[in-house]
Amino acid sequence: MSIKLGVPSKGRLMEKTFDWFGARGVRLTRTGSEREYSGAVDGVEGVDLVLLSAGEIPRELAAGRIHLGVTGTDLIREKLVQWDQKVEPLAELGFGQADLIVAVPACWTDVNTLDDLDAAAAAFRERHGFRMRIATKYHRLIREYLRRGGVADYQLVDSQGATEGTVKNLTAEAVADITSTGETLRANHLKVLEEEPVLRSQATLFRSRAPRLNEADRLALRTLSAKLHV
Amino acid sequence: MGVTIAEQRAEAVRLRARFLEAGAQNVDCAILQPAETLLDLYGEDIRARAYVTHDPSRGEVMLRPDFTIPVVQMHMESGAAPSRYTYCGEVFRRQEEHPERASEYFQVGYELFADDDPARADAEVFALFAETLAPHGLRAVTGDIGILASAVQALQISERRRAALMRHIWRPRRFRALLDRYSGRSPVPPSRKALLEAADPMASAGPMIGLRSEEEIAARIAALREDAAEGPLCRSQVQLIDSLLAVRETCSFALEQLHDIAVDLPGMLPAVELFERRCEALAARGVDVAALEFEASYGRTSMEYYDGFVFGFLPAQRPDLPPVATGGRYDALTARLGQGRAAPAVGGVIRPGLLLQLGSRA
Repeated sequence: MSIKLGVPSKGRLMEKTFDWFGARGVRLTRTGSEREYSGAVDGVEGVDLVLLSAGEIPRELAAGRIHLGVTGTDLIREKLVQWDQKVEPLAELGFGQADLIVAVPACWTDVNTLDDLDAAAAAFRERHGFRMRIATKYHRLIREYLRRGGVADYQLVDSQGATEGTVKNLTAEAVADITSTGETLRANHLKVLEEEPVLRSQATLFRSRAPRLNEADRLALRTLSAKLHV
Repeated sequence: MGVTIAEQRAEAVRLRARFLEAGAQNVDCAILQPAETLLDLYGEDIRARAYVTHDPSRGEVMLRPDFTIPVVQMHMESGAAPSRYTYCGEVFRRQEEHPERASEYFQVGYELFADDDPARADAEVFALFAETLAPHGLRAVTGDIGILASAVQALQISERRRAALMRHIWRPRRFRALLDRYSGRSPVPPSRKALLEAADPMASAGPMIGLRSEEEIAARIAALREDAAEGPLCRSQVQLIDSLLAVRETCSFALEQLHDIAVDLPGMLPAVELFERRCEALAARGVDVAALEFEASYGRTSMEYYDGFVFGFLPAQRPDLPPVATGGRYDALTARLGQGRAAPAVGGVIRPGLLLQLGSRA
């Protein structure tokens, strides 16, 4: 057995995660060919690197198939019911910052708050005969946020990508998505509601609460944690 | 936990026999229900509470989260003569917030469709439940959403504000936020202020995109301006609603308090009188009204199709468990499902699984 550390398998998220560990004396590298998803850990004994899609890391942590994992807070909260009973955040890594927000067309000068959104949704439903559509992939988080905000007469439509384009394409009236700079929103003539974001997310190192560790694994985890100062 | 499905079913059948004796006709309905009706009634929130699945030809379907809606539909289709129905079977509820709670359990129900005397019908259903559940030592609580609704109808405010309050009667926090805004207790957000003061609010709007038209935006801005011109809702009116929502007494004392409030809000008198007649009808059926609890805000959060009398039977010793039985009047639901035709109705359900769970611990 060994401790399994799950890291996003591609892109900037992977590189920045490697940098973060590297700065703390734990060298993570990809091994094999460019396309092969395998890796190695130097600088600490008994830890294996598992390269995974960031979206699958929450599930693998919850199941205890990996002991540690790096992924966004947004994905943990969306995908895991009672997330805090399944994983423990050990460290915020200081990159991958993004806010989950609700945005409406900039031309809706009458809609700036959740209160406005609710009133507009009621009028919209009366006029068009169906509930106002909000495009998102964060169904659970947005539903809960809008319920707490007292918004009724809306429906969520699933959008797994290019969500900002749905309004122009008339498949949704508003969107709920992750944004860091807001540039894509502005380019698509959308504006963020003047409310606290649904969630502030960043890349975070999580520990799974699921697996029971043997003595050797416990030692490896302690050594790694000490090195990382988490 | 620890109660098997077979045990639940046996208990459900036993309870149903009780309802059959009371004169109800046995009915059943499909487990797979069209999702559209439920989504239309409850909105997106139902997805967090019910299992939605997909059928290649029928589209989205739901595992029935309760029997009331299909029973109402069946009743409306059958010609809507006065009737009593009973049923028993599984319902399915997602438990995202409470994974320890059952997501599949039995319900035994009794639904009474009668259009002559609502107070008597309410009393018949409550008394039947009270009698059936008597051996279990549960705590009964009653309420009446119709009283709050009648108070909102009696407020001195514009029809637009009244409609907004009525729309959120089942969302206490939002209802409160609206009252605070109308009475000037919460400040106007700066963006709203700027919008109201702008000579041409659409000047910096940018390109028009999406289905919601410029005319719809203009209509809402006009409505907001009218609303701002209306001025604040009088604090004394808000206080009346506050004191109404705070009524939490035995029925006899609650009745006195509600009569006091109705002096200042005479429009709610008919609803208070209905409550009074219900108390008399309950007493005539042997219910101890002097000891029965009444909470004016009971049933506002979880029972959104109830619009009149509401009741619940709670396990007093086990606050961690949900109510063992719940029920109430749902006239407006029948009107919505009957497309204009209404059939005044009151009913309730018992959860046999919870009864067994309580029994096995006693």
